[in-house]
Amino acid sequence: MVLSAADKNNIKAAWNAIGSHAGDHGAEALERMFHSFPTTKTYFSHFDLSHGSTQIKGHGKKVADALGNAVNHLDDIPTALSALSDLHAHELRVDPVNFRFLSHCLLVTLASHHPGEFTPAVHASLDKFFSTVSTVLTSKYR
Amino acid sequence: MTFLTPEESGHVSSLWGKVDVEKVGGEALGRLLVVYPWTQRFFESFGDLSSPSAIMGNPKVKAHGKKVLSAFSEGLHHLDDLKGTFAQLSELHCDKLHVDPQNFTLLGNVLVIVLAEHFGAAFNPSVHAAFQKVVAGVANALAHKYH
Repeated sequence: MVLSAADKNNIKAAWNAIGSHAGDHGAEALERMFHSFPTTKTYFSHFDLSHGSTQIKGHGKKVADALGNAVNHLDDIPTALSALSDLHAHELRVDPVNFRFLSHCLLVTLASHHPGEFTPAVHASLDKFFSTVSTVLTSKYR
Repeated sequence: MTFLTPEESGHVSSLWGKVDVEKVGGEALGRLLVVYPWTQRFFESFGDLSSPSAIMGNPKVKAHGKKVLSAFSEGLHHLDDLKGTFAQLSELHCDKLHVDPQNFTLLGNVLVIVLAEHFGAAFNPSVHAAFQKVVAGVANALAHKYH
């Protein structure tokens, strides 16, 4: 799967539209994921997972910042996320299925906050982007 | 067996009452074909699927989307027996249509995204979670008769 030039434009435009809300959206996506896919909570037994938790806000911002970094390096996501890829492979070891759950919840969050920008073509490009990021983050698992 | 709590049932009926089944059905099916182009394999007779705008505007896609979502809507009245409700459709999708059940999960998730787009903040995490259960239940029921 390859990100076309059109995909890259869509992704950058979408991230621009999200602007300073990226951290909040990251937190909301996590909250949605914990609600809809409770098995994902097993990786956060050390977190306060209640609504509005400081830890979820902080982690949401972390996730959003990493995604923002990937958006700035769409031509070489593996290099940009190499350290995160190592982290997930050797320390976090989050089962690959969970990246799909978070990616889906990110799409739900973006659709609900930016319906005007979330056209079918942009939806497709973002889905491909999250899928690419997920693949990079699980690429060193074995 | 009830798999939704009374609160979740409430969220589902309350939101579904405001859904334009024809419009949402067409949009969900259209987005499935745009976002996951390999799903177009089942719709070769539908004519022009060459671009997102062609797909979203295609009258056969809209009509079929309405059909699919009407069946889904019917299922919402029988949440306690989804397997029974969808038994015949399950056999049809296996024996005649030859659709990989993974596609039911894909469509269910696209439907959730379309609902989020339409309802914005009202599609909060609790309502969202209730619908994830529903789409998973329907996908499961549709796969149940596969052999």
